[in-house]
Amino acid sequence: MRDMKRITNAAALSVFWFAGLTTVVLLGAVILYVFVNGIGHINLAFIFTRPHGVNAEGGIWPMIVATLYVTGLAMLIVTPIAVLAAVYLAEYAVQGRLVRTIRFAADTLAGVPSIVMGLFGLAFFVEGLGIGFSVLSGALALSFLMLPIVMRTTEEAIRAVPKYIRWGSYGLGATKWQTVSRITIPAAMPRIITGIILATGRAVGETAVVIFTMGTMIFTPVLPTDPGRSMTVHLYQMAMEGINLPAAFGTALLLMVMILFFNLSARWLLRRNRRMQG
Amino acid sequence: MAEGLRPDPMPEEREATALSVRGDAGTLKLVSKATYFKEAALKNLFLACAFMAVAAVALIFVFVGYRGWPVFTEVGASNFLFGREWLPTQDLFGILPLFVGSIVVTIGALLLGTPLAVGAAVFLSEIAPPKVRSVVRPAIELLAGVPSVVYGFFGLLILRPIVADLTGGLGFGPLTAWIILAIMIVPTIATLTEDALQSIPNGIREASYAMGATTWQTISRVLLPAAKIGIVDAIILGMGRAIGETMAVLMVVGNAPGFFRGMGKPLSTLTSQIVMDMPYASGLHRTALFGMAIILFLVSMGLVLTVRLLSRFKEEGL
Repeated sequence: MRDMKRITNAAALSVFWFAGLTTVVLLGAVILYVFVNGIGHINLAFIFTRPHGVNAEGGIWPMIVATLYVTGLAMLIVTPIAVLAAVYLAEYAVQGRLVRTIRFAADTLAGVPSIVMGLFGLAFFVEGLGIGFSVLSGALALSFLMLPIVMRTTEEAIRAVPKYIRWGSYGLGATKWQTVSRITIPAAMPRIITGIILATGRAVGETAVVIFTMGTMIFTPVLPTDPGRSMTVHLYQMAMEGINLPAAFGTALLLMVMILFFNLSARWLLRRNRRMQG
Repeated sequence: MAEGLRPDPMPEEREATALSVRGDAGTLKLVSKATYFKEAALKNLFLACAFMAVAAVALIFVFVGYRGWPVFTEVGASNFLFGREWLPTQDLFGILPLFVGSIVVTIGALLLGTPLAVGAAVFLSEIAPPKVRSVVRPAIELLAGVPSVVYGFFGLLILRPIVADLTGGLGFGPLTAWIILAIMIVPTIATLTEDALQSIPNGIREASYAMGATTWQTISRVLLPAAKIGIVDAIILGMGRAIGETMAVLMVVGNAPGFFRGMGKPLSTLTSQIVMDMPYASGLHRTALFGMAIILFLVSMGLVLTVRLLSRFKEEGL
């Protein structure tokens, strides 16, 4: 009986070890595969020159510009709205139907499939408002996608600021806004920036939204009303046409390096902040 | 205005501000009128920002719905939702095969991915030595950020030939989509399940061990039942991710809008068909694609609603 119990336990534990290791191996395989196949195609010419020819040989500079442009613009659009919305939820809101509605809307927005967001951007920004396929349309649609992420991380960041710091401010006669703008938000700033970086990282990897709002044209956008092709869309087209796999691997690797950079810098910021407080 | 500036009624949230002191005699103002109005205006501005989330959801519903509405009136809701044939060139817009395709792909991915994800979460939370955990957990979180188009690319070049060997054909089909989607939803389900396990108080584990239970007995009879609702939440969110996933599915599923015929036979889903058809669709066909988008929107909203209802059950201790 006791042996049975021990054997079952050992068997179960090894199954869990197996699950844990399989997960890591599977996910690692995806990264490793892209890395091994892509590293040989990345050089300065690939990053900084324009593609040419029917198979888009050469570099991917226009796509890099379009990707950074559209996500940067989306970040600028979403940050003030999302941060102030989070200030409302964390500092001002009274629990009730209104707050429940806002939270439900934010959750729903976070769950909207990206293709639906893409069609919405097409119907509303591109055609409805007449902005056309452009960086601006793409950025506006992406900001809808980023809004709930930045709202949630910012609200958590503000709630994590200790109450007594606020009491000190109120005790000195500060008003609510003075306390929020000069005490609470500065104290929560590192975590707020972390949230913004994470949301931007997600936007960089987004495909279905930008394909229907920014278009697929290879063009180096200068004005916000210019069209462009993001790196994700470029990777999709190269992969599906199957005519220029080296460019696809190079784009995939650069894309992952960019996103990894975003995520790691967010992590680094968070850890540095924690160390400074502790 | 004064109504809105009232301190929060929840005890832990209650803060005295310099702006007003509430007494039995009502609100005593301690600041100038100008400051008072500025504060009130700012508060309303913040509320307007927060309300943007509601406005965004409403805009999406209205605009996608507006574009999709003609398909319900001109083709008819039942012909659209339950029609068995998707042949836009012959004006047949039945999305049933696509909807079934979405369900088939999602369920298969969940069946493959959930055991792995929950197993990995239990491993991380209960079994892994701290050193292993401190490496693996952030790695899984980082991998959750890999774009879906990269997963699709990997599926297309690596998984598809393997599946082609197994099932015959070209390897485009549900099996490839199941595997790639399963890999994609594992980080989502695993991190949320681990959070649920971590939120169980340690006293409960200690009580179980103190009664002579093994690690496995503690996991299977104490911890997993205690984390039940959290795990269901995680699976529902993984399901939302799988059903709405577009690029990765599109690149491996084969995009043949018919009913499920086998693991290795091309299939199509709501999301993949929208991307395939959108570039050239016009007229009623285009309308039908917006109609499909509104169905996807309603499904994802329904999943969010389910998670909220579940958390209410949890609060009530059911």
